[in-house]
Amino acid sequence: MFIKKNRPWEEPELAVTPEHIYKERRSLLKSMGFLGAGTLLAQSAPANAFLFGGGDDQASFVRQPLQFDDIPPEHKDGLTPESKAISHNNFYEFGTAKNDPAENAQGFKVEPWTLRIDGLVDKPLTLDYDDLFARPLEQRIYRLRCVEAWSMVIPWVGFSLSDILAQASPKSDAKYVAFETLYDPEQMPGQKSRRIGGGIDYPYVEGLRLDEAMHPLTMLAVGMYGTTLPPQNGAPIRLVVPWKYGFKSIKSIVRIRLTDRQPTTTWNLLAPHEYGFYANVNPAVDHPRWTQATERRIDDSGLLGRTRIPTEPFNGYGHLVANLYKGMDLTKFY
Amino acid sequence: MKQFNQHLAKHTLAYKVGLHTLLLLPLLYMVLAVTSQSWGGDPVQAIIHFLAETALHVLILTLLLAQLSRRYRLPALLKFRRMIGLYVAFYALAHVLAYWLLELGLSLQLFITELAKRPYIWLGMLCFVVLLALSLTSFRSIQSKLGKRWLQLHGLLFPTALLVIWHYWWSLKSGWQEPALYLVLVVALLLWKRLQVQRWLLSFRS
Repeated sequence: MFIKKNRPWEEPELAVTPEHIYKERRSLLKSMGFLGAGTLLAQSAPANAFLFGGGDDQASFVRQPLQFDDIPPEHKDGLTPESKAISHNNFYEFGTAKNDPAENAQGFKVEPWTLRIDGLVDKPLTLDYDDLFARPLEQRIYRLRCVEAWSMVIPWVGFSLSDILAQASPKSDAKYVAFETLYDPEQMPGQKSRRIGGGIDYPYVEGLRLDEAMHPLTMLAVGMYGTTLPPQNGAPIRLVVPWKYGFKSIKSIVRIRLTDRQPTTTWNLLAPHEYGFYANVNPAVDHPRWTQATERRIDDSGLLGRTRIPTEPFNGYGHLVANLYKGMDLTKFY
Repeated sequence: MKQFNQHLAKHTLAYKVGLHTLLLLPLLYMVLAVTSQSWGGDPVQAIIHFLAETALHVLILTLLLAQLSRRYRLPALLKFRRMIGLYVAFYALAHVLAYWLLELGLSLQLFITELAKRPYIWLGMLCFVVLLALSLTSFRSIQSKLGKRWLQLHGLLFPTALLVIWHYWWSLKSGWQEPALYLVLVVALLLWKRLQVQRWLLSFRS
């Protein structure tokens, strides 16, 4: 039997405000002409929607609670507030501004979903939406370090990628794993317009070496903060590789293909001198246009209360993954 | 047009108040966007970008203003040029400060090392220094003291308009459409003003 023990920073389950009450409170505040705690200026909801578009009054994506086991975290970091983690996203399929995905993805359809696992495997798999949630789930608290030098700490819910790869049973000549995001310009405005999508050739593709993919830290997440993923964070299923820059952790995956060749990856294709295939978090190798030695941790402090913290090699997971890169020159294989 | 010019000249103060309001509106918009969380949970990048974009918009406005006054014989318009120009420097300064404060956490050491290491920041800084120099020499007393040199100095706004777009394009992770749009706009404007640009270039000859 699993007994959940609360760590000091965790609120007891009972203290959690039910979502519908939270939302009612917000609409109540809005109808009174106020928005959000600490707002200095009174604003009306219609004015807000007129000025900035969107707003959470439009039908927002419904997330379901999940059952899971808690895995003790590697670090004692404070969590990034959920409200920040789901409103500050890089998901160019829904626009390049950080708030675009949360605004443009609320109507995204995750059901039905098909995830294919094929290529150099003995048993190709096709999973539908329900299959994604069929195996035992774990909650893991990981650091997420963006290549843009900001970071978050997020409780993901999911399972090891190795579980599902083992089920497909890779052939002996499989050396790499290639991932692909959904291509659906009707749902993803950034795929329809090059201007909105930041000039990227879609679908977004990523890849890992097989041993990286099989590493127990590497996970497929189907949820965060106890519920299913919101679309802006990669619903219904995404990759999470905590020792690599965030762009490796591909979202809304429809295909996982095993291959004997190093797969092409979107950002590497776009700017090979700036983004490598490996993209391990490395404070010693700067991005050509900014430092990677430190990072801006997005936590519960306000806009002005933040200082930069040192970035750790492999994002602080070096004791678990550094041996994967023994003998490699990481300034060359960045 | 003559009547409009007289009207402008007569009501300069009222128009100045109106212009101040107009030019401060972006700042109000930004405050509202941030406090209402319309720019997401971590609006740092949005703030930095918005301030820069506003500086560029106002810069385009100053270039346009001088040309409109010349083309349509509205000398009264020139009374507003210095004020609008100072707003370019104001938003550029806010952009630099936001980068230092919000992105770099007000670390002086990091500010200096980033400034030293990153060519796209050199370029931005160069443009900022030009805007600062133009602001500091914008007083009438200095203008008459500097004479021809003043015109040479203030003509630097032409290349600066192009360089800030280069800085913008260089700072992007991907995409080029938006800087390209600004480039078309500024090049068109400079072509329209080509006489002034030529005169400025020739002023360095003798």
